[in-house]
Amino acid sequence: MKVQLRDPNTIMKLSRLGSFHQSKLSFLRSFLNEFKDWEYKRDLFNLDKFGYGEAVYSFRKDKRTYSLVCFANEIKDNERSDRVIATKWDAAFTLHDGVPTQKDIDRLKNEVPKQEVGRLSFKELTLSRANKSVRVFDHVVEKLSEGKQPDLELLSKVGYLYRTTAVYGSGKFGLADRFRIKNREEINGPFRLEMMLVYLVRQFTFDQVNHVSHHKNPSKAVKLDKKICKNLGIGNSTGLGMAPFIVNHPTLLNNWVLSREIALKKIREIKTVKKKESDLFVDCIKKSLTNITSWNTDSEYQQIKIKNLLKDIKKFIKFIDKSFDFEDDYPFNKIYLWLENEVCEECIEYVVSIMMEPYNEITTPLITQMSSEEDKYFTIPSSRSLKELRNIIEKKYSNILKINFDKKQNTQNFWFISKNKEEPRLADRFEESGSELEQPIAIARDVKKLYEKLLNTTNISTVAEFLSKNPELRHIVRRVFIVEKFPYSEIQDNTIGKNIMPIDMLRLKLSFFGALKFDPRSDKWLRICMFQGAPLPDELKNYDEQWVYRTSI
Amino acid sequence: MKSLSEIETTAKRASKAAGFSWGESEEIGKCIRQLEMFGLPGIKHLNSYFHDKIKNNYENLSLINQSNSSPSSPYCPIILGIGFLDQLKTLENYQKIYFSNIAYPILFLSFLSRSSEIIGKKINVKFDEKEILLNLNVNIYSNFLELEFPKNSENLEINFVENKDNFSDEEWRSLYKLSENTFVEEKDSLKKGAAGAGLTDND
Repeated sequence: MKVQLRDPNTIMKLSRLGSFHQSKLSFLRSFLNEFKDWEYKRDLFNLDKFGYGEAVYSFRKDKRTYSLVCFANEIKDNERSDRVIATKWDAAFTLHDGVPTQKDIDRLKNEVPKQEVGRLSFKELTLSRANKSVRVFDHVVEKLSEGKQPDLELLSKVGYLYRTTAVYGSGKFGLADRFRIKNREEINGPFRLEMMLVYLVRQFTFDQVNHVSHHKNPSKAVKLDKKICKNLGIGNSTGLGMAPFIVNHPTLLNNWVLSREIALKKIREIKTVKKKESDLFVDCIKKSLTNITSWNTDSEYQQIKIKNLLKDIKKFIKFIDKSFDFEDDYPFNKIYLWLENEVCEECIEYVVSIMMEPYNEITTPLITQMSSEEDKYFTIPSSRSLKELRNIIEKKYSNILKINFDKKQNTQNFWFISKNKEEPRLADRFEESGSELEQPIAIARDVKKLYEKLLNTTNISTVAEFLSKNPELRHIVRRVFIVEKFPYSEIQDNTIGKNIMPIDMLRLKLSFFGALKFDPRSDKWLRICMFQGAPLPDELKNYDEQWVYRTSI
Repeated sequence: MKSLSEIETTAKRASKAAGFSWGESEEIGKCIRQLEMFGLPGIKHLNSYFHDKIKNNYENLSLINQSNSSPSSPYCPIILGIGFLDQLKTLENYQKIYFSNIAYPILFLSFLSRSSEIIGKKINVKFDEKEILLNLNVNIYSNFLELEFPKNSENLEINFVENKDNFSDEEWRSLYKLSENTFVEEKDSLKKGAAGAGLTDND
């Protein structure tokens, strides 16, 4: 039986993309799998009794070393902010390529804590900063120094000791360009070095909290229980900075979504499912309930989504327990068709992610195809005809062409780059100034504009001639030829409409990172947790691959 | 040191601010990145061009012919470069293409370098006694890299170099003969037993 890939017109709608969940394809899980055989070491831990100072952690294999260099600083409570306008953080980090010398550490000490206004070098690969969850960190220090373990209920409400507020890579602020390292086999997967940074930061937070507790009360203090550490992750606050990324990297977006779609298709095409495979799937579904019930958010929007997800997952569990037989042919196809008819989008995508758990042989080869050589597809095939261009638009953007952009509500917003922080922002076109400096993120509107122009163009046959007369449409012509080859490269929705939920764009990206517990704080930013339940560095050599579904807090 | 990613992004944004469309600015960002990667002064010349553009008029040539001349004001190297990329399939049919009066020829060169990669042929460029070989966007070879690139070129000639060897048959034969010294002469027993296939395929 052949199953078709799902229709991009359905899957690439923002509401669907905003319902994606982590899976075996997620970058933090593939990072752990790649680096499980590397030697982990804490090379330097030079903190004072309050936890301020420097630390270095590394992963080594053969002649390659990656080192996380950490700087923990004292800041006042009123200086602590997760917003991108902040200028001071509890800790700042960089991932250094190789073993840093003392000279490197001295140089980095001057630059890394400054973040965006500091300068890094080609020897640094990623840059980040993080703030304490003061409530949790102080509580843990208090308890450990009294010789007790912390209150699990409090920990479960937050899920981490620190949250990062940005993770930069790929040439930003002088960091190494991607081309310098792209041929390294161990990082043949998107954002692998960013994942490494976050993972090592997590370990730093445990070491720091133990260190401060010990110095507070050396005779009585105990260390944070390893099981508790394992159930803590690293938080992350993410704002709009991430949203345009997925618009600006169409082939990369395609490769992420296409990998997920191919995995689902292949799983649906499995005629006979072995008992151990169906058992693992059902076990992950049932154990994952803890992730849903411990998913805390004040966002009414997300609360409704979680409530519906929980209701539908329970309905699904009842279905597979009472009315389903995995010995039937093509059981996962039957499950998928049932989901399409019976549950919400959030639940469909949740179960799709878990379907991948038993199938390493399907997911592992796909992970290597999730990067993209974007420059290969940059050149516009300008010798092609306008008729071909028009046909591609009609075929690939049929839903977009139905949007009426003469209606004010459909062009209500515009995306711009803030002068203060050089970060993307979204504002109301009719209430704020600056729309003349709009970023080219309004793909749906511009595609429609291009299409209407093409309909009214006569006596021109080639794209080259059309572009010479309509240079303002060049960026969108490029995209149309990209989507011809890459079906999942385009969000099939209006990114400037009145009802846009930018957090859907953030969630899409974060789900591929492997984030859990999306906690929207508004429609423009959210908090998440990464690596919660993941093995600790000294457990990597032999760990439970389904750790995501085994968290206990 | 600025990363190439920073160079590309800043060149793109500056180009948009200088009046080019987003799509054109994306092309400019890529080209400046490439020039800087080759160690050529892309940022310097783009910056200088944008400053001059405020005071001077530049000619926008949209349809390129075999011979192109702009007596009044110099050609804009960017519009010319983008047009060259777009019309490459047609232009490739000319053995040589001539331009007179191009502003900031180094900026035009970056588009020609990309063109070389797209058509899979080296491109030879001559202007003002200077000669440059654009090698499939992998490198740029020139006889004057130590000198300043001019702000204007009176005459510029482009030559598509047909794909052919850089060496004579005699040189090749000589080297090949030497390489044969790594081969083993096959005796009958080796002919029979050392190959994977049978000695006859008439079965």
